[in-house]
Amino acid sequence: MDKFNIPTMAQMAANGEEPEILFWVGCAGSFDERAQKITRDICKILHHVGIKFAVLGTEESCTGDPAKRAGNEFLFQMQAMTNIQVLDGYNIKKIVTGCPHCFNTIRNEYPGLGGNYDVIHHSQLIQQLIDDGKLKAEGGESFKGRKITFHDPCYLGRGNGVYEAPRRALEILDAELVEMKRCKSNGLCCGAGGAQMFKEPEKGAKDINIERIEEALDLKPNVIAAGCPFCMTMLSDGVKNFDKEQEVQVLDIAEITARANGL
Amino acid sequence: MIPQLIFLIIAIAAIALFTINIRKIIRNINLGRPEDRSDRPAERFMVMLKVAFGQTKMTKRPVAAVLHFFVYVGFIIINLEVLEIIIDGLFGTHRIFASPLGGLYNVLIGSFEILAALVLIGVIAFYARRNFLRLKRFTGVEMTKWPLSDANNILIIETLLMIAFLTMNAADYRLQQLGAQHYITAGSFPVSSLIAPLLPNSESALILIERAAWWFHIIGILAFLNYLPYSKHFHIIMAFPNTYYSNLEPKGEFSNMASVTNEVKAMLDPTFTPEPVAEGGKFGAKDVTDLSWKNLMEAYTCTECGRCTSVCPANITGKLLSPRKIMMDTRDRMEEIGRNIDKHGKDFKDERSLLNDYITQEEIWACTTCNACTEACPINIDPLAIIVELRRYSVMEDAQAPSSLNNMFGNTENNGAPWKYSPSDRFNWAND
Repeated sequence: MDKFNIPTMAQMAANGEEPEILFWVGCAGSFDERAQKITRDICKILHHVGIKFAVLGTEESCTGDPAKRAGNEFLFQMQAMTNIQVLDGYNIKKIVTGCPHCFNTIRNEYPGLGGNYDVIHHSQLIQQLIDDGKLKAEGGESFKGRKITFHDPCYLGRGNGVYEAPRRALEILDAELVEMKRCKSNGLCCGAGGAQMFKEPEKGAKDINIERIEEALDLKPNVIAAGCPFCMTMLSDGVKNFDKEQEVQVLDIAEITARANGL
Repeated sequence: MIPQLIFLIIAIAAIALFTINIRKIIRNINLGRPEDRSDRPAERFMVMLKVAFGQTKMTKRPVAAVLHFFVYVGFIIINLEVLEIIIDGLFGTHRIFASPLGGLYNVLIGSFEILAALVLIGVIAFYARRNFLRLKRFTGVEMTKWPLSDANNILIIETLLMIAFLTMNAADYRLQQLGAQHYITAGSFPVSSLIAPLLPNSESALILIERAAWWFHIIGILAFLNYLPYSKHFHIIMAFPNTYYSNLEPKGEFSNMASVTNEVKAMLDPTFTPEPVAEGGKFGAKDVTDLSWKNLMEAYTCTECGRCTSVCPANITGKLLSPRKIMMDTRDRMEEIGRNIDKHGKDFKDERSLLNDYITQEEIWACTTCNACTEACPINIDPLAIIVELRRYSVMEDAQAPSSLNNMFGNTENNGAPWKYSPSDRFNWAND
């Protein structure tokens, strides 16, 4: 794939242009090494289908999700109002996020503070592109016959009722899709939500991601698919815990899509 | 005349006592803060119809759903028979609906009998699941002596009521066959006719059994009515208002605190003058009086089935948190405050609170806010909303957050990210 420039809103505005969609990268997508790969793959998909997009770059800041879940409403609203000023300053209308937490927060909690945008998660973007015939699974790695199971992120699934979009991205692969017993609305959390990502767990019998990975590994999958950078960390750590990195890959929906299309 | 008078006195006393207890519960629920759930009445009505009346969320566990459906339908429909029992009791009549309803009466009594048998099957299976199969869902730290015996009390009372109902019909059936005076031929008895051969043959003994079962059944129902306000079984009433006032927003959405919005706006824009908000003095909740009336209504609605706890990732992995305990603690604390008001007047303050005395910091910080509990609740109770309010108090009023979360807050405030990275590096991913 050719190298391409990732335009920032500042550059676009300087050229008097507006993007079709803003890609909200999120903190994990910006700083976490593993999540950065997913971020770049989302950009590749956007570039591949020819959507005019931009990112905020250094003007982006935490949505305030972890602060809010941890009970720090002041910090959340400070972050939210600052972000809304930036987004409205660029006249943003449509946003795609690389993280279900950013997606939920901007979509559901920003409107009450004056920020009204059409927000989708990247799995929904991929679903739309597939349904519009703009995105297929060709020209890249074949997933044919490989066993894939999808782990529902809480803030995408139960939080916002999005269960089918990520599965649509997997259905076109001609792979063997298998569901864990606890899936969709019964899905088990990876253990990172509600600001758990940023603290040690309370004492207990085991870690939540271990409980989840045991369930996933029971299916003997080749790939565990994820749709959230926090889940990605928890699931990858779980796979490592069982020394299964050689047999089982943990991949984001965007990475799978990019690989299947040779991006 | 005397039996009718006794019946009237018992009925009035039972209804009066029930009214007094309901008013106390309404008073306790109103200890909560205001919250507007009056919007979208049509949508609310549909949620109530589906979730409470239609039991749609019960289907996730099919065995329990079927058994519960027997008991639920039986309870609602057999209560039509109670109407006749009350009229007969007040006016000294016997099977007053028989002649106006004609053939339909036989169909009705016949179906009540079959329902009563199904209720018995359901209740006995429930008892076995709790006491012999010992399902894990019915255990846990919060399942102490009272909750365990409460559950069994309900099942035993229901069994006795159904047995009394069927015995009454069996004796009545025999008396009808004997052509006893006063016992008109009415009704069909598909279940009690099977019990009838077990009864004695003498007419006087049958009348004694019929009357005893009649009185036991109706007094039992009135007593059970008065047991409800003390019991988890109160859900049979509360499920309806509770689902009507359900949270209709996406589960992922947490409320934005208006009191905080004003302060943040004033910080970002010095010219902004906040409108006064009537929301009490503190941020978040330390005690039940800081929660909303809806949170408190939910505590009275909980029937302690434990579906929430059985799907809670924290609880599954051995942490102290149990969403069911959150609801039970909220109710217990509310009742404690209610008793204090009864004894010492409405301004009495004890030195206790929901947070710390009932629910510990360890419990509230184990929550992943994953909404498995709210999804699992068959009557739309939201333990997560209470956990979040307790966290808000702990962080914004009490500085009790785990230190790693304070680091996260600091990073977010200073670097615009929950980790310690420089904001100027935020776009570096594009250069690789």
